[in-house]
Formats: sequence, C-alpha cells, structure tokens
Amino acid sequence: MAETATAQRRTSLETRGFDAKGASLTLAPSSFRVSLRAPEASISVLEEALGLSLPRLPKTSSEEGTRAALWLGPDEWLVIDTETDPLTASRGVEALHSAVDISHRNVGIVASGAYAAEAVNGGCPQDLSPEAFPVGACSRTVLGKIEIVLWKKAENSFHIECWRSFSPYAFAFLTASARDAAA
Amino acid sequence: MLLIRCPYCEEERPELEFRNGGQAHIARSTDIVQESAEAFERFFFIRDNPKGVIFERWRHIHGCGRFFNAVRDTITDKFHHTYKAGEPQPDLNELIAANEDRRMDEGRGDMPADQGPGSWANVPPDQINVAEPAADASKGDA
Ligand SMILES: [Zn+2]
Repeated sequence: MAETATAQRRTSLETRGFDAKGASLTLAPSSFRVSLRAPEASISVLEEALGLSLPRLPKTSSEEGTRAALWLGPDEWLVIDTETDPLTASRGVEALHSAVDISHRNVGIVASGAYAAEAVNGGCPQDLSPEAFPVGACSRTVLGKIEIVLWKKAENSFHIECWRSFSPYAFAFLTASARDAAA
Repeated sequence: MLLIRCPYCEEERPELEFRNGGQAHIARSTDIVQESAEAFERFFFIRDNPKGVIFERWRHIHGCGRFFNAVRDTITDKFHHTYKAGEPQPDLNELIAANEDRRMDEGRGDMPADQGPGSWANVPPDQINVAEPAADASKGDA
C-alpha cells in the first residue's frame, strides 16, 4: 500500500526573533482566527455561543480564557483563540452572521519591552500613549506600507497581526524600528 | 500629519488610515432607465471642483472600513466636520455658526474669527476667486 504523504504546516517566520534591551520581537503562538461579522440583533446569541462578550465600543477588546474578540468595525470582530477553534462554537448559531476562518491568513508578532510602543510607532501613526491606547485597546491600522491589527495585550506588550505574505516585511520593519527605539 | 475624525471610531485618526471617495451626496436615480443622456452624464461624470468648501465621501479603509462624509476646505485641507453616511447634508452656515460658538466657548473670543477660506489661506477672500484667471505668460515658451 502506498504511504500517505503528510504536509507539515510551517509558519512564515519560524526562525525569526529579535532581542534588544527595551524592545524585543517574537512570533506569537499559532492561533485560531475568525473574521466575524454580525448585525446588532445577532450579537447576544453569538456571545453566548462563543462564551465571551463582543465589544461594542470602538478600539476595545474582550478576553475570556484563551479566546479574545477585537472590535474592528461597527459590525466586525477578529476572534483569536490559541487553543480551540471558535468556529466549532459558532457553527450551530442560526442567527444571521458571517464567520470566516482566517487562521492561516494572518501571522502574529509580539513586540514587548519598555520601548515596544516606540518600536511600533516607527511605522504606525496612531497615538500609542497609555491615555489614547490603554491596555486592551485594539485597532486596525497601518505599519509602514501594510495594514495591521494592533492589540495592546499588556503594559509594554503589543500584538501585531499582519497578512502572512506581508510578515517578512513586517518583521524586518519592526526589527529595524525596535533596534532604533532600544538604542 | 492631518488628523481626521472618524464618526464610527469616534476619534481623530491619522490620515494614512483614510482614502478619499469623491464628492458626497450624489444620489443615483431610482429610475435610471428613464433618465436622459444629459441627466445621466451629470450624475455619472460631472463633479464640483470648488476652491473652498466641498462635501466629500471618505473611507476609513485601514480602520473600521466605513464610508462617511466630510466637509473639507480644498484650499487649507481643514476638515470642518465629519458625519456618518446616510445622515443629511449639514447646512454650511449652521456649521460656521457652531464653530464660532465653540471658539467663544473655548475662550478664544479675543482672537480673530475665521473669515472663511480667505483667512485660512492668508489671502483676502475677494482675491481668491477671480472671474478671469491671469494668462500664463510663460505658457508654450519652453
Ligand atoms: Zn473608523
């Protein structure tokens, strides 16, 4: 009998990393990601199925265990889960909504350290001061020439989501920026 | 960098996140088949190109993704007002009056009031719009 070939999924940034005093970059753990769109009327049913609240305020996120929901637009969320597939939970929901698996479309990069905000600000024009961008804040925005989703997970720690094919650019950009910021 | 207030994100965001979407408040005919060629041309091709205040569509493409409307001055790039798509076109005079009230409320009553586009561009209003543009003497010389 013929042997079954198994394809192995590799991330685009497997061997990358950058560490400097004050600003370091690492690859975020592989995660399930769902692009969720839903009208107001469907939100409560989806919240119950997903087991976390969907934030209604601009630039806010919610977290429950390994799952997080990031507000991207008035009817749009990015749901990230490091352990279980959110689609399994939302599959049975009959209320009008759209949930698309984008787990492998995105790559996550974590920038952390005292100068993490400066490193991100090297290519992102948003105000990242603690007043304007507190812990838990998230936003779709730009980094240099690409679009990213920026999420402040903790004091001095930013999670950057970019499209997979843009990830070498994002990582190179952040490396250069982090090097400058930490210098 | 220019800061533009997105009415959906409810805050000012850097201009790099936005894209211009052309003139606002152009309604498509509900009965386009019956429209004359001239009326369709006006709807499809003809746009204002004012030197001064213009109503425009903008899209927060690298943010919430929403289209919204803005009142912008084409001379100074100043955004006077932004509002959600579908909301009625604001009255320009009321907007100017509201801005004036805000200026007084902010205790800037002793500073000169905006005299319209002219003052923003540091050019007297009566010199901004000329009926007959001066002929360009150098044209065709090169
Ligand atoms: Zn927005």
